[in-house]
Amino acid sequence: METIVFGLLNGVSYGLLLFMLSSGLTLIFSMMGVLNFAHAAFYMLGAYFAFTITGSTSFWIALFIAPVLVGLIGAVVERFGLRRVHPNGHVAELLFTFGLAYLIEEIVKIVYGKTAVDYRVPDLLNFAAFELYGASFPAYRIFVIFIAVAMLVGLWFLLKRTRAGLIIQAALTHPHMVGHLGHNVPFIFMMVFGIGCALAGLAGVMAGNIFVTDPAMAVQMGPIVFVVVVVGGIGSLEGAFLASLLIGLLQNFAVGINLKFAEIFGFLGMTDLSEVGRISVSSLAPVLPFLLLVLILIFRPQGLMGEKEL
Amino acid sequence: MSDTTRGFADLAPSTGAKFRQRTLPILIFAAILFAIPMAGPSRTFYTLAHQMGINIVFALSYNMILGKGGLLSFGHAVYFGLGGYLAMHAMNWIEDGVGIWGAIPMFFLPLVGFAGGALAGAIIGWPSCRKAGTTFAMISLGVAELIFAAAFMFDSFFGGEQGISGDRMNGIELFGLSMGPIDEVYWFIAFWTVVGVIGMWAFTRTPLGKLSEATRDNAQRVQFIGYNPQRVRYLVFIFAGGFAGLAGGMAAVNYEIFTPDALSLVPSGFVLIMAYVGGITYFVGPIFGAILLTYMQSMLSDFTEAWLLYLGVLFIAIVMFAPRGIAGVVFGFLDGVRGENPGRYFGRWIMRLVGILLMLMGLIVLVEVSVRWSNGYGEVYEPFGLHLGHGNVLSWLLVILPAVAGVWLTRFASKEEEGQ
Amino acid sequence: MSTPALSLKGLNKSFGPAKIINEVSLDIAPGERHAIIGPNGAGKSTLFNLISGLYTPTSGTVELNGEAISGMPAHEINKKGLSRSFQVSNIFTNMTVRENVRCGVLHSMGQGYAWWRNIGSNKAVQQKTWEVLEHCALTDKANVPAALLPYADQRALEIAITIAGGADVILLDEPTAGMSHSETERAVNLIRRASEGKTLVIVEHDMGVIFDLADRISVLVYGEIIASAPPSEIRGDPAVREAYLGDEELPEEVA
Repeated sequence: METIVFGLLNGVSYGLLLFMLSSGLTLIFSMMGVLNFAHAAFYMLGAYFAFTITGSTSFWIALFIAPVLVGLIGAVVERFGLRRVHPNGHVAELLFTFGLAYLIEEIVKIVYGKTAVDYRVPDLLNFAAFELYGASFPAYRIFVIFIAVAMLVGLWFLLKRTRAGLIIQAALTHPHMVGHLGHNVPFIFMMVFGIGCALAGLAGVMAGNIFVTDPAMAVQMGPIVFVVVVVGGIGSLEGAFLASLLIGLLQNFAVGINLKFAEIFGFLGMTDLSEVGRISVSSLAPVLPFLLLVLILIFRPQGLMGEKEL
Repeated sequence: MSDTTRGFADLAPSTGAKFRQRTLPILIFAAILFAIPMAGPSRTFYTLAHQMGINIVFALSYNMILGKGGLLSFGHAVYFGLGGYLAMHAMNWIEDGVGIWGAIPMFFLPLVGFAGGALAGAIIGWPSCRKAGTTFAMISLGVAELIFAAAFMFDSFFGGEQGISGDRMNGIELFGLSMGPIDEVYWFIAFWTVVGVIGMWAFTRTPLGKLSEATRDNAQRVQFIGYNPQRVRYLVFIFAGGFAGLAGGMAAVNYEIFTPDALSLVPSGFVLIMAYVGGITYFVGPIFGAILLTYMQSMLSDFTEAWLLYLGVLFIAIVMFAPRGIAGVVFGFLDGVRGENPGRYFGRWIMRLVGILLMLMGLIVLVEVSVRWSNGYGEVYEPFGLHLGHGNVLSWLLVILPAVAGVWLTRFASKEEEGQ
Repeated sequence: MSTPALSLKGLNKSFGPAKIINEVSLDIAPGERHAIIGPNGAGKSTLFNLISGLYTPTSGTVELNGEAISGMPAHEINKKGLSRSFQVSNIFTNMTVRENVRCGVLHSMGQGYAWWRNIGSNKAVQQKTWEVLEHCALTDKANVPAALLPYADQRALEIAITIAGGADVILLDEPTAGMSHSETERAVNLIRRASEGKTLVIVEHDMGVIFDLADRISVLVYGEIIASAPPSEIRGDPAVREAYLGDEELPEEVA
């Protein structure tokens, strides 16, 4: 029972973190057609900036300032880098962001060192929210869920209820028309890229102290975020939301299950003498997103919520 | 009738042109490889040359899908690695004399690698080649992560963290090569490098190779002349996997060990950078890239710990300013010098070169000063007897002034070109 | 009556609520040169896309020589002997003219996905490529990169690629769009030669070309065929006049 409750809570908070990342990626992708390979690098920047700002002021200031800084860097990258590469096509843009991810990681290594920094959960939230079955659930995780939901509502409000959101939505489907209507499409692109990066930065601020803030965090998170986007259906925010939760839950439940394949498939005659039989479900957890990706590609190539086939 | 016969023959390049453009470069390449041992090179040189040979084949195989097929993959090392692993196992089978393996010389292990890579390409390519573009790129990344993670679960094939190792000095000797000493391995590497280069060059001249280019440029039109673009991509993907596996087989013999790291995202990214920096629109581009980057990897990493940062800057600079890579720069230069007004062209070129060098100087000072400051050991960057600490005004002057001057010079050269 | 080369039966295509093609039925006999005309937005290109396999019909079938082809992928349809050109030049811009045509030729010569032979070594392929180039008056530009061709030659190359595979049924989508008078004349001659002994379906805005080439004309208005008859009858058809007037003048009969 406790496995289920904790798996659920951890899964939801992790899934919502994934959604913070994948929503920005989806927004950028559906708007500009660019798969931002450096997205997870911006996530890492968020965590490191939060660490620095927390050190000199407080976590609460970092919570606002760090994403804004990351968003500004994103906007600058779009304006002076991506825009220049744009005429050479999407592959060139993807390669540019690939190089950027490389570069950001190396710069972070130089500025902050190669080992993890001590970015901690703020004292105010460093207590157990409640205890269940003798195990406690940290309040910070509740806070993560709260922030993610707030972000979700904010994003929804921005897209559906504001003028800027209307223009963005129109530009998603008909960039040329929006341009003809007199809107500054390059400026909108820059803003969207900035906002997308800021969302990634926010995820970094929230996640950096739950996990570890080190130069490898981008490489660890990046591929999973891409999986979320493909599984959800490329360019679909609803799909990204579903896929984030799905993968969050899947991974967290798997971690809690210590069964080995031999015990599950014992009725098929599998024993733990065979190599496959010795694999436990919990050790499979990091691979699950990628397994899901392959399955989705074989059985539902358009993704969960995607309209077109990929 | 004889009229038309002459007609279509006229369309193709003449025999002389064919020789100059196709046969001669390969002959020269082979001749260089043949001449190298006569100079009595050092052990370090051999080590580097072997690495280059392997990377040349690997980078060319990558360009079969990126340059010629238009498919951007972030997981090409999977095929290199799986091919290499199979070759590694075959090496041990030869040693143990399992079945017919005892009758197979070590020299042919790259063929085993080819088979392994092609088989992996045939299995993995089936779900991933349905679409090109960004989707394909993401799938390749996911698959690479999956295989890499799986490598740590199946120890019997991948050997866990330690990997699989073997001994190449077994089995039948071919061409009198015991494969023991490094200069004997050289002939093995040189042979397979040439075979790989010729094989992949020949592939571009087959109907499938041409169709691959057609599919890259216009997949829709290809459908309407009767081809299934997915099938074209799939077949090309298998071949690219095969040649990557060939490189893996060469690596297996050269290093006598394979670990799961060989199929991780790191070598996949490196091969992408090699091919792209070299120039993916030219057949020789990846060869340039492989030679330069292998050299940088082994030499530069001795000089500076920030060499990956320089690599990243180089890559971004190529993507932004020279999308045709080093090969594009070289051939562009040759065309420019041969064109009208070579003097002015050359002048501009020098101006650009000086500008780039100045920017590079600023960058190097910035990076090296920062690295030492970041390490916090109190080390100071001291080029040419200068003492450049991070608090020293001179350091910052040496960053800013060359950078500004370099930007100005390259811009000036570009403006001049436009104004012409 | 022999089997029609191309037969459309109750063809419908909707995009969401919009009905673009509405109950189109049409038989085209082997060897016929059939033109489809109609005002802009009538659904001519959609009809071509349905026939050639780019779109799947919402309902109804397309038959090629008596065999149902609707719903097949485009490359399968092409293998069955139907080839189409595009309204906007759709060529391989990074290749030379000769290589463009050769790509079209290879397939019919059974060298589809061959990887074991040199592309230049097969005499039959080179011969056929040369013939197609000569047919389309492109021999002197054979080694020019396709991207550098003048517009009219790009259109000619578009047709050359279309006929290179030797299909029996050829669909041409506005082959003379944007051409000057003399260029159009050249193109019409090319089309006439290229469609010799084949079934031709052509969408065209230039009425001179249509009345010059076609054996039969179908008029498509708002996704429906309102008339299908030889040119002389179409000219006199009041419904056609009504639908067309103000859009383009039908040319006077030339005695």
